[in-house]
Amino acid sequence: MANDHEGTNPRAGTTVEKFRDDNLPGPGTGIVQTDAVENPGFEPFRARVSDLDPAKARANERRVSAFFIVSIIGSVFAIAAYIAFPIVDGDPGTIHLNNLLLGLGIALALLAIGFGAVHWSKSLMDGHDLVEQRHGTRGTEATRAKAVEVFELGNKESGFGRRTLIRRTLIGALVVSPLPAVVLFRDLAPAENPVPLLQQTMWAKGVRLTRDPSGTPIKASDVTIGSAFHVIPEGLNESEHKLEEKAKAAVLLMRLKPQDLHVSAGRETWNYDGIIAYSKICTHVGCPVALYEQQTHHLLCPCHQSQFDITHEAKVIFGPAKRPLPQLPITVDSEGYLVASSDFTEPVGPSFWERKL
Amino acid sequence: MSTADAAQTVEPTKGQRFTGWAANYVDERTSISGLVKELGRKIFPDHWSFMLGEVALYSFIVILLSGTFMTFFFQASMTPVFYDGSYVPLKGIEMSAAMASTLDLSFDIRGGLLMRQVHHWAALLFVASIGLHMLRIYFTGAFRKPREINWLIGFVLFVLAMAEGFTGYSLPDDLLSGNGLRIIDGLVKGIPIIGTWISYLLFGGEFPGEDVVGRFYVLHILLLPAILVAALGVHMLLLIINKHTQFAGPGRTNDNVVGVPIMPVFAAKAGGFFFIVFGVIVLIASLFQINPVWTYGPYDPSPVSAGTQPDWYIGFADGALRLVPPGWELELGAFTLSLNVFLPTIVLMLFLLVVAIYPFIEAWITGDKREHHIADRPRNAPTRTAIGAAGVTSYAVMWGAASSDLIATHFKLSIESVTYSIQALFFLGPIIAYIVTKRVCLALQKKDREIALHGYESGRIVRLPNGEYIEVHEQLDEYDRWKLVSYEDYKPLMLRPDAKGRITNGQRLRSRASRWFFEDRIAPVTRTEIEKSKHAEH
Amino acid sequence: MANKPDTTAQKSTVRRDRGRRHPLATVALILVGLVGTGGAYALFTTSATAETSAQAQAQIDEGAKLFAANCATCHGLNLQGTTQAPSLIGVGAASVDFQVGTGRMPLAATGPQAEQKPVQFTDEQVKALAAYVASTGPGPAIPTADQLEGKNTAEGAELFRINCAMCHNVAGAGGALTGGKFAPPLAGVSATHIYEAMITGPQNMPVFNDANISPEDKANIISYLKYLDETPSVGGYGLGNLGPVSEGLFIWIFGLGAIVGITIWLTAKSN
Repeated sequence: MANDHEGTNPRAGTTVEKFRDDNLPGPGTGIVQTDAVENPGFEPFRARVSDLDPAKARANERRVSAFFIVSIIGSVFAIAAYIAFPIVDGDPGTIHLNNLLLGLGIALALLAIGFGAVHWSKSLMDGHDLVEQRHGTRGTEATRAKAVEVFELGNKESGFGRRTLIRRTLIGALVVSPLPAVVLFRDLAPAENPVPLLQQTMWAKGVRLTRDPSGTPIKASDVTIGSAFHVIPEGLNESEHKLEEKAKAAVLLMRLKPQDLHVSAGRETWNYDGIIAYSKICTHVGCPVALYEQQTHHLLCPCHQSQFDITHEAKVIFGPAKRPLPQLPITVDSEGYLVASSDFTEPVGPSFWERKL
Repeated sequence: MSTADAAQTVEPTKGQRFTGWAANYVDERTSISGLVKELGRKIFPDHWSFMLGEVALYSFIVILLSGTFMTFFFQASMTPVFYDGSYVPLKGIEMSAAMASTLDLSFDIRGGLLMRQVHHWAALLFVASIGLHMLRIYFTGAFRKPREINWLIGFVLFVLAMAEGFTGYSLPDDLLSGNGLRIIDGLVKGIPIIGTWISYLLFGGEFPGEDVVGRFYVLHILLLPAILVAALGVHMLLLIINKHTQFAGPGRTNDNVVGVPIMPVFAAKAGGFFFIVFGVIVLIASLFQINPVWTYGPYDPSPVSAGTQPDWYIGFADGALRLVPPGWELELGAFTLSLNVFLPTIVLMLFLLVVAIYPFIEAWITGDKREHHIADRPRNAPTRTAIGAAGVTSYAVMWGAASSDLIATHFKLSIESVTYSIQALFFLGPIIAYIVTKRVCLALQKKDREIALHGYESGRIVRLPNGEYIEVHEQLDEYDRWKLVSYEDYKPLMLRPDAKGRITNGQRLRSRASRWFFEDRIAPVTRTEIEKSKHAEH
Repeated sequence: MANKPDTTAQKSTVRRDRGRRHPLATVALILVGLVGTGGAYALFTTSATAETSAQAQAQIDEGAKLFAANCATCHGLNLQGTTQAPSLIGVGAASVDFQVGTGRMPLAATGPQAEQKPVQFTDEQVKALAAYVASTGPGPAIPTADQLEGKNTAEGAELFRINCAMCHNVAGAGGALTGGKFAPPLAGVSATHIYEAMITGPQNMPVFNDANISPEDKANIISYLKYLDETPSVGGYGLGNLGPVSEGLFIWIFGLGAIVGITIWLTAKSN
């Protein structure tokens, strides 16, 4: 039999009956079994080899100590590795070695402590199961009555329930008091309205299309059929808000055979001899849509797999996006460089509530 | 015991005298002896699945230790700098100070890379072990009274762990995490009416701005950990107050806890286990690379990498976004409602809400107000187990959807067919999982019944005098049988008029739910049945 | 890598110039290099063409025979193309060297895209085919060895991220395209083939002509990819460089798996 420190017999019968005796809340749809199999009580204790054979116990003792000694070796090894395998500038192999050997030393030190301690507890420490009685989680009736009394006294002595004016004004004050804290957070962002910012980009009439990241302008003749240029507006690299502007103005430039393009009314002048420019920012949640397939003329977003058909003005043909990628109207300037004819005619990137305003 | 008796008679050694003096000193100032008396011999039941929460706790400690090391080197600033460290392919490239200091930590501080990898692997293990711990709690019904509140606190810990993970993932300001933030920006902007403003406030202006890393840093190392530690404290306190559940077994009842005492066995085991978990994490970190931010490069809104995915625990959200078919965006007059973004957000919130309040739903359906300290075997609560399996399946489907592109390339499929299949699986998978799991549970219960009544097949074939061959069935002993027969039985709720003679709609719903929950069930074996079967055998 | 940075811990500070090297030094160095290699190249070609022209003609003839035997069925006897395959007039030697030299051509079976297979021809045969196709019309030539020597790995890495990573993954691990197509992994691909792929745009890959990415920058991109090939992954085994998905699977299967195994040992009764 297991040690029974509390001295109570664990043969308690079925749980349901037990609860009935305690006059606790009911079982709901639980069936109270009268014919349930009886709990047979604890299994006889099975002694371990260490309990039976002192030689085995001593062997285990040595084993546990061996683990702890291995741990010390691991720690020393880690310190030695830290010193003996420094990072040599310009040699990534040394970082790998440092990481590997330092890590292995520390891992050995920790694992050996762990396995030693667990082995100790399993093989040498007292192996008997002990029993602790549970008591209902709720306080005893007396305690609960006392708690109620405390509240009642508090209520009576303060008049919290009786003095309604005080109570109501206090609740009102407490509700209102956090509001300044909410207001304080208004200046997390600048004062200006974000909506106009989202509706415009750096592109404007005459702004040259330039290569990302060098910012060199692109001649129409550079863009051969099948090419894809990653484009930023001229002057972006000098812009004060470079990343914010780039996050809206990044454009993909491609050239198709003019007869492959299905140009809708009003957009006839937006391409230049089959050269077309589309916003790279996905209309779904804003990943850069830059996977251009030059034979199928599909654009794929690598984040959520929306697909856009470039021959049909970047119409969505697959995936969660709804709107086509905005097209940037382009033409060439007097020197033959590609320039924007205007900004995008709609906000780029993911949809937002005020998009159409 | 004998050693204790011996100690009383023998003169205490110098070390013992010091220990005694120190204990007295502390106790006279803290009355800690009461605590030791209360907790020192508390009993913990032994079962492997009861260690999962500890894995989470220990990974969290590892995270705190390695994270603190990193704060000494990391600069949470998005100020642009030109990198001049030792990683050649980024030399001279403009990046944020956060990214540059992460690279310096990885490439120029001995052990810095190890600490980064320990931190990140521990974080993945932290959330994974919380997940597995929650599944254990769920499938054994250990969330039932009196532990519903602790389930809720555990759920909060799970959400906090995910938030910690995401904010930490974003800190290096690399290309991968930057695109992750970009997706968060898109998600936030998809919230009707207030979305644009929330994004604007979060990023301190337009995306990406120069604020978000600093803000996430404060959340990551101060606010979230503080809440997490507080919630963890309450979680453990309630664990002590409620005492641990145990599986049914001989001698184990709803009114006792059987196991090993904290001092010394459990302390040695759990303490040793801390070192093992720590050691395993360090071992993984020294052998396997994680999050090579130098390969991703600094964040730039123009490039993106194929296979851009969040860490695994945010995967289900990313997958949900991928599953939406084209065209789900509405224009309400002048306003735009991005259902393609907002709807998955709502679905995920509902999913998490159901997880959070499940204990209360089940308690309402069963009407059971008793305390439960015996953990159910999953088969003995078929409907609950089936619901769990359906939930796990829908989570797994969303998670799988987040790697649809990798599934396509690795199994030579087209991304479209993978997406269509996962879309179908999103609806069919949970239903199939529910039905199959429920049937499997019932079948296992029937098998348990057979074994409890007639024993198990011994593999011994005997020829009877009449020439008939039979296989001898070996009877179980009463201890093994008890494990199979000791579970509770429920019946569906009967619809009865209340005191005023009315049947409310709430009651109708409840009785329907109860019927669904309990209509298929196998009653536990009774004493009479065992007696009968004994007579039949003889 | 000649100028090793000093070893003080804090390497990155805000826009500073240590003055170790004058900014114009790079420009001067590149100029010297360009003039040097360009001059040498010009010298080499003028003196060599006359002697090798006869050899070249023999190579073209050999190529024509191979073409007629192995390629003409689909691409037409005069390279004009058929309903099954495109015209090869003007695709250039680079294109042939890439498609045949990586085993993509001859095509074994139609599928979403031509797959890499064991190369069907010897190196000489590939070069002969390339020479033959190039002789029928001007097109991108096979790059010479000095065209593949990049000088600025960092610039190459940046261009790689902007122009290539969205399909081929930042670590060159490859990625999915539409309709079952995919961008192949780049590890171990020869510098010549990478260069050829950029200038010819095989299959659905866009063309990156010299006006888009200059020859020097192409070489820089190659030098970055070679850096990735040659440098051990510093943090340990890279798990296929597939990012968070493989990391997540690893921690669930092996990390948590190992720990669950340990918990079972931990709670098992000792014998």
